[in-house]
Order: sequence, then structure tokens, then C-alpha cells
Amino acid sequence: MTRPSFQLNPARDRWRRAINRAITVLLFLCAVLVMTPLFLVIYFLVSRGASSLDWNFFTQLPKPTGELGGGMANAIVGSLTLLAMAAVIGVPLGVLGGIYLAEYGVARLNGYVRFAADVLNGVPSIVWGMVVYLMLVVPFKTFSAYAGGVALGLMMIPLVMRTTEEVLVLVPQSYREAALALGIARWKVITKIVLKTALKGIVTGVLIALARVAGETAPLLFTALGNNFWNHNLREPIAALPLQIFSYAISPYDDWHRQAWAGALVLMAIILAINLSVRALTRGRNSR
Amino acid sequence: MIQNAAGSGRLPDSAFKWLAMAATLTIVALIGLVGWELYSGARLAIARFGPGFLIHSRWNPVTDEYGALPFIFGTFVSSILGLLFAVPLGVATALFLTELAPYRIRQPIVTVIEMLAAVPSVIFGLWGIFVLIPWLRNHLFVWLKHSLGFLPLFQGPIYGVSMLAAGIIVAIMILPIVTSVSREILRSVPDLQREAAYGLGATRWEVIRIAVLSYAGRGIFGAAILGLGRALGETMAVTMVIGNRPQISASLFAPGYTLASVIANEFAEATSDLYLNSLFEMGLVLLALTLIVNMLAQLMLRGVLGGASGKVN
Repeated sequence: MTRPSFQLNPARDRWRRAINRAITVLLFLCAVLVMTPLFLVIYFLVSRGASSLDWNFFTQLPKPTGELGGGMANAIVGSLTLLAMAAVIGVPLGVLGGIYLAEYGVARLNGYVRFAADVLNGVPSIVWGMVVYLMLVVPFKTFSAYAGGVALGLMMIPLVMRTTEEVLVLVPQSYREAALALGIARWKVITKIVLKTALKGIVTGVLIALARVAGETAPLLFTALGNNFWNHNLREPIAALPLQIFSYAISPYDDWHRQAWAGALVLMAIILAINLSVRALTRGRNSR
Repeated sequence: MIQNAAGSGRLPDSAFKWLAMAATLTIVALIGLVGWELYSGARLAIARFGPGFLIHSRWNPVTDEYGALPFIFGTFVSSILGLLFAVPLGVATALFLTELAPYRIRQPIVTVIEMLAAVPSVIFGLWGIFVLIPWLRNHLFVWLKHSLGFLPLFQGPIYGVSMLAAGIIVAIMILPIVTSVSREILRSVPDLQREAAYGLGATRWEVIRIAVLSYAGRGIFGAAILGLGRALGETMAVTMVIGNRPQISASLFAPGYTLASVIANEFAEATSDLYLNSLFEMGLVLLALTLIVNMLAQLMLRGVLGGASGKVN
């Protein structure tokens, strides 16, 4: 190795600057490339899906193979039903878990619970489908809306729990101390004061979790199964938008491909609308 | 007196505490439940094939022969390909966001990347089938075969649906998490590091190379492992573009199959008990792989990020 020279070396300096500029441009191009798929997907969703969005799409049942037309009304309603059932399971368990971590937990145990939640978060969604199949489909001998709702609900629990914990920790300690000093019972302090203060954050977390499971297909494949008709009984299979998109996309019919694009556009619009409105609600809180 | 006042709220108080604790324990119990259910669903196959299940490559429901090797191969190859594309791009984007970009455009870019994370797998699959695959088949693959065809990786017939297509789709799907975790890591690099390097007269790239990347190396590795955990379990989009053929081929143009996609495709039509049990064992293998990889990632990121890693979905 040569000793560092402290003399200016114009040729070497020019070279260093050139490298610097080249890397700057390269990093910028990488950032553009990373954003490109989103724009490409949205462009194709709109250009191929928008023309098929008519009144029938939102009001009619799917037509049998070979007949043109029909819609996805049952799938849209089915998805909303499944999301409601998922929320009934995921929200109470997730919020209570978050309360325990933030308000009662002992540091050492909390570490394990957080770890467990992060690990659960990484369980592939298809695995949730298999587990719920064994829990609810095999014993009752039928695919059902209940099974689909439970699968999505279980996936929501760790998501809701972590966000609830994060917003509860942000509630100033002085609120709790002031309330406790007035002699209010701890559970009332938590439900009436801490939860109320953090309500916006919790709702945000729940909505993000709902948006995340709304697009899930894999856990529904062998739980909710899908259905070409209206579901009148939650103990029977139910249609869902992602399932319908999947089965139409891999079908050989052009008319179904057209509808798959339209369904995907609707699903994407719902998910983006939830995400963007949540972002608008919470602007200023995480401004950095 | 004081005793009395506090006593009035004691029962509901401890009831509420226990309720919250029960909910928390449910979460821990869920991990056990998932593992146990899959194991009980796979018992028949485990007893019948033993560890040989993992190294046999025959997959024939007609003769009731099941081996998981082509699926494990496909899962790994598509995930590693995804990482090869996503990690350099994600880290570069994170560097651009933390070191170079003007403040005004940082938030919009972050928002776009978060929206990319919100796109459902099935929509990427739809786009993959009708837009990406035809383009790959008619342009990129033809060009690759023409210019790099001497490598075994780029030989053989071009179908479009292929391992390489799956790798590209996986890359797109894990880019957001790799980028956002890398960005958290880079933001946690102390400014003192950068200032010291600037003080020595380093250019911006030299600062990044000497002060930032060397400091953040472990964390970025953790981000890549986290991305791998996601990639392994990716189901719908991969199923729609990989071609679903259980074979082990050196060519990236050849169709493949993954653990997650064979479950998605064949579960509902598994006719024999052994068939269904074999699919459950595939699920068990997939679960074990993702759990190990995710735990590794959490451990690597723990020291660097504190609790922040769970925030990024």
C-alpha cells in the first residue's frame, strides 16, 4: 500500500467526481425502476378493466360458461361479508392483545409475544387456509363462509395487535397517572381514557389490516371455496372478489378475462381507497 | 378506607387483565396450533415416506408416489432469483431515499412503494399472465437466448411461463419490504459517521460506501432475509406465472412448481388420503422454512432496529 498523498491530484479528483455522478444517476434510475410496476399495473387495470365496468357488473351474477355478460355482484358482497367476519375475530383479539402488551405486560414476556406476532405475520397465507380447512371444513364436512372469515380473521390478529400496541404506547403516561390518582379503576382508565385517546390510531391499524386481507386469495381457496350464486347461508361456500378474479384469469374464455380485469380494477380501487384515506387521516402524525 | 375504595374496582379490574392476557396467549397458542394441525394432516405421508419425501422427485398421484424435491427446488430457485433482483434494487432505492433525494420528493416515493406493497398477489398474477408473460416470451427471453444462449441457464424452448418469470414477479412483490426495511436501517446510521467521512473530503458515493454501507451491512442482510421469508411463501402470483410442472431443470426458461403453488392448485382435487397428506407435508415443509428464515431475520434486525421491524408489512 502506498502512503496517502496530500497533494492534489486533478486527474484522480475528476475520476472520483465522475464516479459520484454516475452512481447518483444509477441510484435515481433504480428508484424509478422500483416504482414502475405500480404504474404499469394500474395502467393496465384501468385500460383493460374500466370498459367492462357497467351496471351489470355490479348487479348481476356470473353467467354460466359460454354465455356472455354477467357480473360479480355476489363476489363483491361475498368479500364484504368475509371481511366483516374477519373483523369480528381479528379486531377484539388483536386490540386486547395490544392492550395487554402496552398496559400490563412485563418486559421479558412482551419480547416473546412480539416475536411470536412477527413470526405469525410471516406464516404464508396458504398455510392459514390449510389449517382452517382442518379446523372447520373437515369437521363440518362443507366449505363455508365461516371458514373463510376465520382464516382471514386469524391473519388479522398479529397485524392489529402490533399497531394497537404502538399507538397505546404513544398515549402520554401523565393521562394514566392523573386518572389513577383520581381513584378510577385501572380497566376504566384503559377503556375510557387510554383507548379513547388512541382511537384514531387503532382504527387506522384495523383498516390497514382489512385492506391487507381483502386481497388475499390463497387462504380462501379451500375454506370459502367460491360460489357462482348468492350465499344465503354462512355455512355454505361463498364467493369472493379475489377468488373470482383468479378463476376467471386462469380460464380459457376471453369474456371471463375481460371480467377478471374489471374485478381486479374494483378490488384495487377499494384497497387503494382505504390506504390513501387512512394516509390522509393520519397525515401530520408521522410526518417524517 | 383507601383499601375499600380500591377494592370496589378490583374484580372487574383483574377480570379485564385476564381477558387481555388470554387474548395475548391466544396469539402464542396460534403458532402451536398451526404446527400441530399441519402435522396431524400430514401424519400418513410422514409415516409412509419418512425423510425420503424431501429428496424424492417423482410426483405421480395416479400411482400414489409423492416426492417434494422438485417443489423445494422451485421454491428456492424462484425465491433466490427474486432476491437477486430485489435486493440490489431495493437497497439502491433506499440509498436514494435517505442519502440523495431532495426532501420534497422523499415522501411521495415512499407512498408509491407502500402502495406497491398493497397490491394483492392475485392482481400481480393477472398482470403477469396477460402482460408480463407475453412480453417476456416475445422480447426479453428471445433476446436473452440470442445473446446469452451459450449458458445452460438460457437454453431450451421458450414458453413464457417459467422459473424466470416467477423470479421477476417475486422480486416485484418483495421489493417494498426490502426497500422499507433497508431504509429504516440506513436511517439508523448515525449522522456522525457521515460527517466524519465528509470531513475527510469524501464524495457522496464515497461517504455511502465507506461510512453508510459498511455500518449498515448486517441490517441490510437482515432485510434480505426478511424478503426471502416473504418470497418463499408467495402463492397466487407465482402459481399463475411459473407454469406448474414438477421438474428440475437447469434452464430458467423452463416451467417449474413451488410448494405453495402445488398446494393451491391440487389441494381441492386431491382424491386419495395419501395425496392430501402429502400436500399437508408440503405445507409443513413450507411452514418450517418460512419460520426458520423469519426468526433468523428478526434476530438479525433486533439489535439494529429495536421493535421497528414488525411495523413494516
